[in-house]
Amino acid sequence: MSVLSFPAFTARLRHAEHVMGTVVSFDVPLSARDDGSLDSAVRWLHWVDRIFSPYRPDSDVSLLASAEVTVEACAPEVAEVLAACAFVRELSGGYFTSSPGGQFDPSGYVKGWAIERAADILTAAGSASHLVNGGGDVQCVGGRGGPALPAEPWRVGIADPFGSGSLALVVTARDQAVATSGTAERGSHIVNPVDGCPASGLASLTVVGPSLALADACATAAFAMGPELAREWTESLEHHEAFAITAAGESWQTTGFSRHISTD
Amino acid sequence: MRRVILAVTATVAGLVALLSFKTHSPSAERTVATPQQPPSLPSGERAITGNVADTAYGPVQVQLVMKSTRIVTVNILEQPSSTEHDLQLGQLAFPRLIGETIAAQSARIDTVSGATYTSGGYIKSLQSALDNGV
Repeated sequence: MSVLSFPAFTARLRHAEHVMGTVVSFDVPLSARDDGSLDSAVRWLHWVDRIFSPYRPDSDVSLLASAEVTVEACAPEVAEVLAACAFVRELSGGYFTSSPGGQFDPSGYVKGWAIERAADILTAAGSASHLVNGGGDVQCVGGRGGPALPAEPWRVGIADPFGSGSLALVVTARDQAVATSGTAERGSHIVNPVDGCPASGLASLTVVGPSLALADACATAAFAMGPELAREWTESLEHHEAFAITAAGESWQTTGFSRHISTD
Repeated sequence: MRRVILAVTATVAGLVALLSFKTHSPSAERTVATPQQPPSLPSGERAITGNVADTAYGPVQVQLVMKSTRIVTVNILEQPSSTEHDLQLGQLAFPRLIGETIAAQSARIDTVSGATYTSGGYIKSLQSALDNGV
């Protein structure tokens, strides 16, 4: 556990936790350390990993995949996740699945959902300004901490999928989630569930919406659709906006996305 | 001046965290900066040299070139070079982290959204630099 903070300067704290095969970064008020809610959020993520990891042979998900247990014998959150996966599958016309490659694995939903819940734990403890980033998918609560009142929005850089370390644009977010699907970090790992082929045509697709669980699943589904269908579908989603960069390097955005873009 | 020292401390902490990834050294927070004024810098710029930070891989020392409260350049004065891993860090990670440090400062961002990185990818990421207080 690493904690680097400058209390006199910002009264905030950043924490990076290795969990779920990635790193989850927290930006929280110091009160979240003192009241134990940061620890609770971190423990929640490790619990999710134990229950949902397809890489742990004794996880509920692994036991369920090999039909050694029924859903009823699993943690109640497993049924909740399955219902949510079914909802997004329906919403996306089959472009989201909890069984990629035919094997039960709800990881495409679990990470965003777990990060959003971690942010909820901090909110429930009284924080009105925090941010949780799980491997590139972000849940913002309130605005960024600091002396300004009302708080400024959080500034979320969207990574340029073609340039290491550079940004495509900056999104400003207050009580919003920002989720990006892409090939930049792990290659062509998203399979189109409709035809079974690796998704192609897009380099990166970002969805902004109130809930990271839903925004992340929608970004994954839209990425699998390819550029044309993704544009049409994300345009149809209420309370969600999307920004995409195609494999050819062109970009598009839904009509309401521009209000999320930082102009300074 | 206080802000400048904080910036130096943060950057040194970031670089130290990069090197000692599994064993973040709390001593990095105690690093003290020593202002210097080499005559060769353009007017308005000044160099600040951090103390040598001991990491799990060896000593690291960085120098910041500042203009007002902005970091213009980061120079690595001393870095581990005794193993292949050290050399890779020197060739790959330092230039990338320095570039990202300056990019993040320019965009004033709090975090980065992008394709999901693995635990190993994080070490090279801009998010890693931000988490360490850049």
